[in-house]
Amino acid sequence: MRNWYKSGEPWIWATAGAVALSLVAVYAVVWLTAARGLTHFWPKPIAEVTLQERDGSTSRLIGEIREKEEVSLIRLREQGYKIDSKNLFTDRYLVKLGNKDLTGIDFKWFPAPMLGEFTYPKDMVAIERREWGNFYGRLKAVKETGNVVAEGPVAWAEMEKRLVRSNDLFRQALRIAKSDIGKINYALERVRLRERKLEMTNELTEAAKANFVKERGAREAEYAVLQQRLELIRRDIERDSVSIETSDGQLVDIPLAKIADMYMPNAMSVWQKMGFYVHKFYEFVSDDPREANTEGGIFPAIFGTVMMVLLMSVMVTPLGIMAAIYMREYAKPGPVIRTIRISVNNLAGVPSIVYGVFGLGFFVYVLGGSIDELFFAAALPAPTFGSPGLLWASLTLALLTLPVVIVATEEGLSRVPRTIREGSLALGATKAETLGRTVLPMASPAMMTGLILAVARAAGEVAPLMLVGVVKLAPSLPLDGSFPFLHLERKFMHLGFHIYDVGFQSPNVEAARPLVYATALLLVIIIVVLNLAAIRLRNRMREKLRGLEGV
Amino acid sequence: MNAATRQTHAMKIDNLDRAQKDDTSEVAIRVENLDLYYGEAKALNKVSMTIPKKRVTAFIGPSGCGKSTLLRCFNRMNDLVDICRVEGKILLDEKNIYDRDVNVALLRRRVGMVFQKPNPFPKSIYENVAYGLRLMGINNRSVLDEAVEKALRGAALWNEVKDRLSENGMSLSGGQQQRLVIARAIALEPDILLLDEPASALDPISTAKIEELVNEMKDQYTIIIVTHNMQQAARVSDYTAFMYMGELIEVGRTNDVFLKPTVKQTEDYITGRFG
Repeated sequence: MRNWYKSGEPWIWATAGAVALSLVAVYAVVWLTAARGLTHFWPKPIAEVTLQERDGSTSRLIGEIREKEEVSLIRLREQGYKIDSKNLFTDRYLVKLGNKDLTGIDFKWFPAPMLGEFTYPKDMVAIERREWGNFYGRLKAVKETGNVVAEGPVAWAEMEKRLVRSNDLFRQALRIAKSDIGKINYALERVRLRERKLEMTNELTEAAKANFVKERGAREAEYAVLQQRLELIRRDIERDSVSIETSDGQLVDIPLAKIADMYMPNAMSVWQKMGFYVHKFYEFVSDDPREANTEGGIFPAIFGTVMMVLLMSVMVTPLGIMAAIYMREYAKPGPVIRTIRISVNNLAGVPSIVYGVFGLGFFVYVLGGSIDELFFAAALPAPTFGSPGLLWASLTLALLTLPVVIVATEEGLSRVPRTIREGSLALGATKAETLGRTVLPMASPAMMTGLILAVARAAGEVAPLMLVGVVKLAPSLPLDGSFPFLHLERKFMHLGFHIYDVGFQSPNVEAARPLVYATALLLVIIIVVLNLAAIRLRNRMREKLRGLEGV
Repeated sequence: MNAATRQTHAMKIDNLDRAQKDDTSEVAIRVENLDLYYGEAKALNKVSMTIPKKRVTAFIGPSGCGKSTLLRCFNRMNDLVDICRVEGKILLDEKNIYDRDVNVALLRRRVGMVFQKPNPFPKSIYENVAYGLRLMGINNRSVLDEAVEKALRGAALWNEVKDRLSENGMSLSGGQQQRLVIARAIALEPDILLLDEPASALDPISTAKIEELVNEMKDQYTIIIVTHNMQQAARVSDYTAFMYMGELIEVGRTNDVFLKPTVKQTEDYITGRFG
């Protein structure tokens, strides 16, 4: 034993074990989020089963079986179930029943002994509605303005055709409502601000007033036209509906306008399911969220996250590099610079929420407030930059990641050999020329390392963002077609906050849970992609400096 | 050191034989009473000497004797050391290079330097040689091409690298790197070339090449070489200066210094009794 200890082998085991454990931890994280998140988009079969109620009567259930767990029979008996069995435990199933508007409940647990045999009839239909969640049942008929146009086996094909049409109309209506009318509102708001500005400087003449009235009139006319078109589309879209038979035999009419998608999972082949999966995943990545973020996509959150990280990088990189250059190259080493260095290093350890508080107190209220008073006085009391927004969130995160960039850049500068600097100076270069032509290019991979670390930290931060600009649901993206295109004052959505919101603030936790995993997975993917891009860039830089040790 | 050695040294300079006096009529650098301090410590003590034009002068002496420090005074590389302070004069064309109005960047272009460890920049071979020229604002491609070729030929490197000028200077061997650094320095067409132990990090074959190169270059440049290796000093230099403990002990024709040194310390050092 002693010899074994002396041989150094335990040391190898211990260190290798640490590596193995780290690997397991990383894989566990990725595997869990991927497994839980990615399976969400696979179409689940719809089961039909008879249920024996507590009072002895039987009824039929239709729904997706989501989970199965072991439960003690004693507990079930206490809940009023009459179960004859000598076993101590039995199973219970979590069933997604859908039809929330009828039953008032989306998910419910049922003990296995109360359920009959599961069957998966091919004609089961799952309907994704724009409101109220999923609906399960059998398609009975397709109706146009209340009259049946197709029934029985042909109903499905007819429905599909009409669903394409109604979805198309829905998209048109959405575009008008969101983009076109949004633009008009934006223009009207600008007119109002211009008028208010003149009013404040007492330059609002009668002529100008008339001009504004004319402008406003033109916009309002445009608006009326759009409103009319929208009305037409809405009426058009209301035309069709489908008739669905629910589990208890009731016939329910659902207008196609309310339906986002309709499919028959039990009748799908594996290939069809794969196609469906890809389609759903794409929707998740590219669509706006619906129903308090529990349905639909997360595109605004992805966009907001990437946008904020990019803005943060643009702000933190020059600032951090400049600070590091001064501290390493120009400042005279001594107690002052040592104190500054220690402070910078300690800043990296300050909890992020503190930065959030600072961002809110200083950036939003003080800086934003002053900007509003100086440049956007016309809009007051409604704040422009004086409320949390993209700019302040990016700036707060830039501050948060500044120490990382400074430390990494300083490290890189200190690793540039003295001999190289002397070589440059001996050729008649000034200090600034030596820095610009030789030292900084050689330190650039280290700067990239700093940026990589900064991005990794910033993309995952949630706490400070809640104070300085992230919201649960942003009405518009921070980048759009209206001047000045990049709206730094707007609030935005963020994947990290989206996870928190969907996971904890959602009205329908069971439905939201897979989305939490899927969103988390996407957040991880985005951070990895951003990092890989930066790492590739760094490797290209390193390639140029090949042969120089320690860079 | 004591007064006696200083006297000997002064005597030596006056006692140069006739041929040597003729030879040194053209002076590249004159050092007058140079003192150098690192903080409180005195690193050079009352050094006075003349460096003849278009000759090779070698500085020899044990480690820490101040020969590199003296060399680095000639292009004011010591300025980079904050605690370094210089008193006395170094005259280049009768102009003290430590005067306030001297442009250090211009001085360093006239006085090129090659360091102990090859220090090419992590750029292409071409850009390494063109570095100094670009600093002077020369960006005309054909002018650069010509100057780069001339410098590389001058450093006896052209034939080895002419087909791979765009390769990284770091990819060359140690000896090639050192010649690249020499090419980089002579691309600026300096008057004086300072070599600070240029071969101490190289293998014997590369060392021989560098020495050969020094021999070829002495028609065009005033070369000052610091070396640990006495054989090397004997092989390449016309004049040799022996330094010890921050003082210049003896300077003269290499043959004289090696064959009939006038100061006992020089003899002891050359014959390997100390150092």
